[in-house]
Order: sequence, then C-alpha cells, then structure tokens
Amino acid sequence: MADIAAPGARARSRSWWSGIGQGRHVLGLLFLLPAAVFLLLFLTYPLGLGVWLGFTDTRIGRDGVFVGLENYELLWIDSVFWLAVFNTLLYTTGASILKFGLGLWLALLLNQHLPFKAFFRAVVLLPWVVPTVLSAIAFWWIFDAQFSILSWALIKLGLIDQNINFLGDSTNARASVIAANVWRGIPFVAISLLAGLQTIPPSLHEAATLDGASGWQRFRYITLPMLSPIIAVVMTFSVLFTFTDFQLIYVLTRGGPLNATHLMATLSFQRAIPGGQLGEGAAIAVAMIPFLLAAILFSYFGLQRRKWQQGGGD
Amino acid sequence: MTAQNPSAQKTPDQGTSDHSTGMSYLDSLPKRLVTVMLPLLVFVFVLLFPFYWMAITAIKPNHQLTDYANYSPLWVVEPTLEHIRYLLFETSYPGWLWNTMLISVCATFISLVTSVFAAYAIERLRFHGSRWVGLGIFLAYLVPPSILFIPLALMVFKLGIYDTKLALILTYPTFLVPFSTWLLMGYFRSIPYELEECALVDGASRWQILIQVLLPLSVPGLISAGIFSFTLSWNEFIYALTFIQSSENKTVPVGVLTELVRSDIYEWGALMAGALIGSLPVVILYSFFVEHYVSSMTGAVKE
Repeated sequence: MADIAAPGARARSRSWWSGIGQGRHVLGLLFLLPAAVFLLLFLTYPLGLGVWLGFTDTRIGRDGVFVGLENYELLWIDSVFWLAVFNTLLYTTGASILKFGLGLWLALLLNQHLPFKAFFRAVVLLPWVVPTVLSAIAFWWIFDAQFSILSWALIKLGLIDQNINFLGDSTNARASVIAANVWRGIPFVAISLLAGLQTIPPSLHEAATLDGASGWQRFRYITLPMLSPIIAVVMTFSVLFTFTDFQLIYVLTRGGPLNATHLMATLSFQRAIPGGQLGEGAAIAVAMIPFLLAAILFSYFGLQRRKWQQGGGD
Repeated sequence: MTAQNPSAQKTPDQGTSDHSTGMSYLDSLPKRLVTVMLPLLVFVFVLLFPFYWMAITAIKPNHQLTDYANYSPLWVVEPTLEHIRYLLFETSYPGWLWNTMLISVCATFISLVTSVFAAYAIERLRFHGSRWVGLGIFLAYLVPPSILFIPLALMVFKLGIYDTKLALILTYPTFLVPFSTWLLMGYFRSIPYELEECALVDGASRWQILIQVLLPLSVPGLISAGIFSFTLSWNEFIYALTFIQSSENKTVPVGVLTELVRSDIYEWGALMAGALIGSLPVVILYSFFVEHYVSSMTGAVKE
C-alpha cells in the first residue's frame, strides 16, 4: 500500500515542503472550523444572548425591549432570590466539603493493597455513571415521607420513634439533597484523587518511614503537598458542578418546601420556563457567573502559588 | 560515630513495636480489617444500596411495596415482572429509549469528528494563536448548561427546531466538543512527534498523517472520548427538559420524570424499573470500558 502511494505523494512533497509555513496555518484554521462554528454559534453566542436577555423584559412568545438594570433591581429586593443565593452557597459549601473529605478517605482506602481492588474501583464509580435524574428518582423513593426505607431501618434499630419527614421540612430537605449530591459526587473525587495518589513515588513514603515519620506525618507532609495540584483542579470542577446543579433539586424537591432548597439554577428555570419570564430567568443565570469566575480564579491562583512554592523549594 | 550507634540500633526496634510507622503492608491483619476493609465495605454498601433498592422495588408486587408490617421491605416474596411489562408495553418508554439512543449516538459522532480535527489543529499544526484557542476550549468546558439553557431555548425556538430531536443533537455538542477536544489534545500530545515527521519526510500529506498515522494510534483515546460523550449525552437533562414538549420526542430521564409521575399515586415499581432500565445502557458500556472511562475522567482533570 505504502509503496504504491509513494511516487504520487513524493512528487507533491516538494510543493508541500515549500508551502509548509503557510499551509500549516491555513490548514490549522480549516481543521478548527467545524468546532469553532459549533462553539461560537451554540456556546459563545447564547452566552452573550443570555447576558443581553438579562437586560430585557423578554417573555415566552414575545420579544422584549431593553429595560436596563430593572431585572437586577427587582432581584435585589426579591427575598426568594437571596434565599436561593444563600441555599446555593450552603449547598455548594456543605456538599463540597463532604465530597472532598469522604472522597479523599475513599481514595486513600482504595490506594491500599487490597484483594479485588479493580472490582472495588469499578463498583465505586457506578453512582457517577448512571443518569443523575434516574438515581435521584431512587433517592426520592428512599426519602419518601411514609415508606422511606431509611426511616424503617432506623425505627427497627430503635433509634427513632416515627418516620422522618425527609423532604417536607426545611432543614431535613436541605440535608437530604446535600446527602444525595454527596452520594453522587464522591466517586468522581475519589477516583480522580486515586489517580493522583498513584503518581506519588512510593520511595518518598519509604524514606519518611525509615526516618521515623508517623502515618499522619507522612500524610500531612508527603501525600497532601504532592496531591494539592490535583486537589485544586478536582475541587474546582466539583464546586462548579455543584454550584450549577439543577437535576437533583428538580427531581427531589423542585425548590420546596417554602423555597428552602431552591438553587439559583432551579429558580432561574422556574421563572423562565414555567413562569415565562425569560428576561428575569436569564438575569438569575447571569448572576451565577461572578461566583463561577471567583471559583475558577481562586483555584487558578491557588495552583500558581503552589507551582511557585515548589519551584522555590527545589 | 559512637553517638550514632545507639540510634541505629534503636530504629529496627521502633519499626516492630509501633505499627503506625511501618509501611502499610507490615500492618497486622486485624488492624487492617478495621482500618481499611470495614470503612471500605461501608462505603461500597452506601454507594450501592440505592441500586439494590431500585432493583428490589422494580420487581415487587404492588401490595408488598407499602406493606412493611407483613413483608420485610429489604426482600421480595413472589417477584413480579408486571412493572417492567407495564413500562415496556403500556407507556412510551421504548420510544424514549430509542430517542435517547439516537440523540446520544448522533451527538457523540458529530462531537468526535469535529474534536479530532480541532485537537489535531491545536496540538500538532500549531498555527498562530493555537495556544489561545486551546485555552478557549478549556474555558468553554467550564460553561455550565444551566446558564445557557434560556438563550438556547430562545434560539431553538427561532430556528424552528423546538420540540425536535435535532434541537438536542445540535446543542449537546456544546458541552461534548470542548471536553472531547481537551481529552484528545492530551492524547495526541502523548504520541511521539517523530512518527509524524517520518511520514512527512516520506511525502504524506497532513490529511494522510491524521487518518493513517495518528488516528490508528489514538484508538484508546477515541474510545475514551466516545463513551464519555455518549454517557454525558445519555444523562443530559436540562436541555431535554426545556427543548422537548411532546411525549414521543422525550428522552429517558425526562420521560420517566414527567410522564411516569402522575398526580397523587406514585407507581414506584414502574418508576424504579424505568430508572433501572434507563441506567442499563450506560452501565453496560461502562462495564466493558472501565479503564477507558477512568482514564478519560482523570485525563480531563490532570492537564
């Protein structure tokens, strides 16, 4: 095959080489074109359109006019909006801390010498693989007010007297949605951190052990510093996905009871699609952007500092 | 020298007396059972219980579902396939499965093709500004669907593709292309550049290099990007919920939630069967490609 194709290709090769400086750039742009068109049309443009919509009073089926900051002024005095901001921050902070702690613990456990290690690792990822909505429906059933298996088990164990109203009470509902989010998020954190753990050379631990370092010291002064760059990236992703979460809340509570679990994403959906106020919904979505940027910049500069520290340390 | 001797003699002593300082495989078995196996089993139990609960609910007869006094909820007497039969023959469920499959396959295919070209251009052709484009791709990956769905809904409506599968096939690549491109960029980077130079010297065109040299070597990366994209499309919810109205165009996650949940009576058996069957395709795919899946997940994070 190669021999037959060679003569024709060789004849072309001279012109190819002479034009390589030029051709590379033209070809590069040509190859990039499909992806660029897609992303500009369906990602960059809608992002801009969303910001614009936030300044209009667009409704479903009616083009809006520019109203300046009116949507934001209305949101500023809207207690439900501020409750959603508070809920989102609480949800993100609570779930992220739990996901990080439990995920790191699970990663450390999976990093041990174990029988059936591959099996454990495969099984652990399952909650993350299945569609969130479908596993959330299972949690909906688990959190059922009357027939919750959790209430049943706790009653049988003699820990409580009556069914827990998981999704009907503000505090319980918040804890329940965070628990469901943590359940789904642990595998991602654990498996990513496990990949990071496996890149730490065992010789470091051996050397520290010979120097008499305790298990906690080895974790604190070897594992954690070596892992910190990947922790920063994993937690940035985790925070971003948690902050913009929609599916879990939509399935479990739809924001209730009394808006106690409304996140900014679910509030934005509720105002925009069933409520028809596209402009107001877009304004709520735009209000999420500063938080997201802050999270990204925070982790970016966190990473930068560590690189510098490592460079200085060496 | 003399001062060092006692300490040198002491070290092995310490190693044997204090378990916490030993390398982990020197720990005694009972201790490892408590500190490693027990927490791990608790983790696995908690992570897997909802699946067990789904499965057991899906095959329970209705009268046992809510009768905890006479039947233990953790087990099933006289399992039934009634819920699954109802789901497959009396609802639009098979249609939703087909829709989800069609949309996921199309979106994945479009994303893979565009991503291969984009990743090759950014990583290997290194045209002016390719670094910035690479950064832009990464930032695009961080834009969440929950801030895009409102303007996209408006666009979908204006384009006249509201309530069609095409709306989803066209919008899913917005989150698939950045991810796949990023993943494939990393993969292309790991392939030695010398191979390409050899082919260039032999007179191959860039097109030939991409098709005949790079792609055959990138099959694992392509599989990773492919199954991950397929899973993301299969699991997508907010776009499908917003852009699709009619029952016959719904995807599984949206269909199960909006059509199977009816007013007061929750048909938990059918709901759980729907959730379980809807998860099966991605779980089966996952079980065949665990390694690819893990590498794509960690690969996207590592760079």
